[in-house]
Amino acid sequence: MNKPTERSIDPATIEMLEHVQDRDLCLAWDRYDAMQPQCGFGSLGICCRNCTMGPCRIDPFGDGPQEGICGATADIIAARNLIRMIAGGASAHSDHGRDIAHTLSMAAENADGDYQAKDERKLHALAAELDVETEGRALADIAKDVAEICFGQFSQQHGEVVFAHRAPEDQQRRWRQAGVMPRGVDREVVEIMHRTHIGVDNDPINLILQGVRSALADGWGGSMIATDLSDVLFRTPNWVVSRANLGVLDPEKVNIIVHGHEPSLSEMIVAASEDKEMVALAQSHGAAGINLGGICCTANEILMRHGVPLAGNFLQQELAIATGVVDAMVVDVQCIFPSLGRIAEKYHTKFISTSPKAKFPHAEHIEFDESRAMEIAKHIVRTAIENRTNRPATTVPLPTHTSPLVAGFTAENIFTALGGRYRSTYRPLNDAIMAGRLRGVAGVVGCNNPKHKHDFGHVEMTKELLANDVLVAVTGCTAVADAKAGLLCPEAAMQYAGKGIQEVCRAVGIPPVLHLGSCVDNSRILIVLTNMVNEGGLGESIADLPVAGAAPEWMSEKAVSIGFYVAASGVYTVLGEPFPIQGSKVVTDFVTEGMAEYFGGKFAFEADPIKGARLMIDHIDVKREALKLPGPMYEVPYAPKTETEAVAVA
Amino acid sequence: MAKMIVVDHDRCLGCKSCELACALAHCQAASLEEAVRTDARAEPRVHVEPSDGLGMPMQCHHCTNAPCVAVCPTGAIARGSQDAPVLLDQDRCIGCRLCMVVCPFGAISISHHGKAMLKCDLCIEQTQGGGLPACVAACPSGALRYEDIDEWLMQRRRRSAELLRAADQHTLEP
Repeated sequence: MNKPTERSIDPATIEMLEHVQDRDLCLAWDRYDAMQPQCGFGSLGICCRNCTMGPCRIDPFGDGPQEGICGATADIIAARNLIRMIAGGASAHSDHGRDIAHTLSMAAENADGDYQAKDERKLHALAAELDVETEGRALADIAKDVAEICFGQFSQQHGEVVFAHRAPEDQQRRWRQAGVMPRGVDREVVEIMHRTHIGVDNDPINLILQGVRSALADGWGGSMIATDLSDVLFRTPNWVVSRANLGVLDPEKVNIIVHGHEPSLSEMIVAASEDKEMVALAQSHGAAGINLGGICCTANEILMRHGVPLAGNFLQQELAIATGVVDAMVVDVQCIFPSLGRIAEKYHTKFISTSPKAKFPHAEHIEFDESRAMEIAKHIVRTAIENRTNRPATTVPLPTHTSPLVAGFTAENIFTALGGRYRSTYRPLNDAIMAGRLRGVAGVVGCNNPKHKHDFGHVEMTKELLANDVLVAVTGCTAVADAKAGLLCPEAAMQYAGKGIQEVCRAVGIPPVLHLGSCVDNSRILIVLTNMVNEGGLGESIADLPVAGAAPEWMSEKAVSIGFYVAASGVYTVLGEPFPIQGSKVVTDFVTEGMAEYFGGKFAFEADPIKGARLMIDHIDVKREALKLPGPMYEVPYAPKTETEAVAVA
Repeated sequence: MAKMIVVDHDRCLGCKSCELACALAHCQAASLEEAVRTDARAEPRVHVEPSDGLGMPMQCHHCTNAPCVAVCPTGAIARGSQDAPVLLDQDRCIGCRLCMVVCPFGAISISHHGKAMLKCDLCIEQTQGGGLPACVAACPSGALRYEDIDEWLMQRRRRSAELLRAADQHTLEP
């Protein structure tokens, strides 16, 4: 059996795992052990269950069947399986976006409603982009029109998803040439499901290209709509200071964890928890107040906009309950373990589901109806307050680990962060890269996965990039991991980063790792990259930029979609966990080589985060050379290829 | 024992088809669906364990000097002849678990139904009729094969002989 120190690098997680060792809770890591060995046919992507002539499997050793019963080869089967993962992931992100568009529409129609469009500036910017008239019009009317157009992106059948036009010309040209310019969010997902049905698309490359198209409709469509309209409704984030890890839980207060993804729920819980009546109720129950903490992406949403602390990331969700001080865990959609209800029953914690789309065993379902948002949010908070009296007399000692953090970076305020109030442009970022003070920029994103030591991939990769003067942008569970490790503090630059990043961070006060938000906010990264291209000096295309992406510990289908929209937008992307496709040489070769010809971006599979970081650094150096930029100002390359190639500039 | 189950562990993909087939072959039901639907008492006698990223089917070796035979207090475990598989008579078994304790491979387990132990019988009814054990028949990657021992030994020796000859030639050359 694995020791806690082998499961995670995070001290709070290790401590909790040690505390619960005797309790026989059967956590994700235990279930992972019990699942061994995992089926190789599945891992290789050569098992097909798409029809009942099957299930079929291809023998990877060549002796048994090389075709399924319909005649599909390993290449066809692996391609079909891969793009169905994209369909799942794109659907999750896009449905989230659809829900936010609906909330905005509702806000526009209800002047007295619980939701109001709070960010006038962003709404006006969107309206201008979408040719919606703003002169002399009420905010609500503008909001209604913008929401309608965004809704329309989901049901659009022809034409092009409108926000794809934000991308640099080179990306758009490549997409049109490859036939993957997305037409409509829902249409692309449906076409994946059609093409992967038995006897439809049996060309692996053709299949993957449809997967790309759907991923693009997610990244430049569904996710981008989620990000932008959440900004309109709840405010575009700005810099915020907060804390991360299980130590944010406070035994003296009512502790509520929000977990899941959509801010339409978490924003209301924040508002309800700050309501004077609710705070007074908590105090009358003997609590010092109401303490909110978040897990997964909804945590990132309310962190970015309200500074609500991060309780933990994906693999910590069960451990949060095991602290014994969580009075309610409120969930909506995505990345929520169905085991939570069973575990909550061993503690006093109320496990509350809220979405009609996401019901769980042993959960108390309090359905969240947006037309009565605040009323229901208060009901949920009240339930938590009243549950506090059910806390057991003794619990395990609460891990006290927390780390301070700075978050709240967006494509818009990176302007201001780097250029100051009077010179808000991307010029300083581009100049720093051109001069070599910054080698380049990396995006490190994604989930946790018990196949990888918890947080190890995220933190080690980030540190290796920083040491080589690559500025790092993070989202999702990576952001939480790096935050817990103290990397989201400006001071971290002095401890972990190369001299170039140290200079930048000292000059403008930013941390060396920039938290851009939740997983749908990976769309912010697309805009940052576009802004860098538009600012000039770093090539004509995202594919020219000295940048790279990575997901060191990913597990979800959403991550597959993100990976594809990022790579298809021109970014070299290193994955710590391979796609389940390696039973097919054709598919593996296409995603690791061939797709670069179409899109300028491609994937690499590397489980070791240091090696992965070095692949990214090598790639960034290649891009720098192609742009005829000088070498990095301060760094000796991590592993000079020959003695003469080592460039050490004092 | 003319034949034995040979494990090519480089080919085990951990799919556990062998476990399912073994369980089904030793229960009351005629099909997997029926076994799942009814109380068919389907339990495997082979167990696939993780090993270095792949799987390893842990099987009864039908040892010629079987510790389980030596230790059984009721004589429930026995073999018909020197070449026959080691068989466990559930009616004689008292479930004392001594056989489980002494088996070096963990190949004997406890049944969840009734009192007895579970042990591979080399699918004796099939194999006596010239057929294959259920696990071998079910294995999709060729990790489990049912081979004549003398044949298998001869192939092993010949392959090694070639390797040795090739190595010798290297060293003997001036």
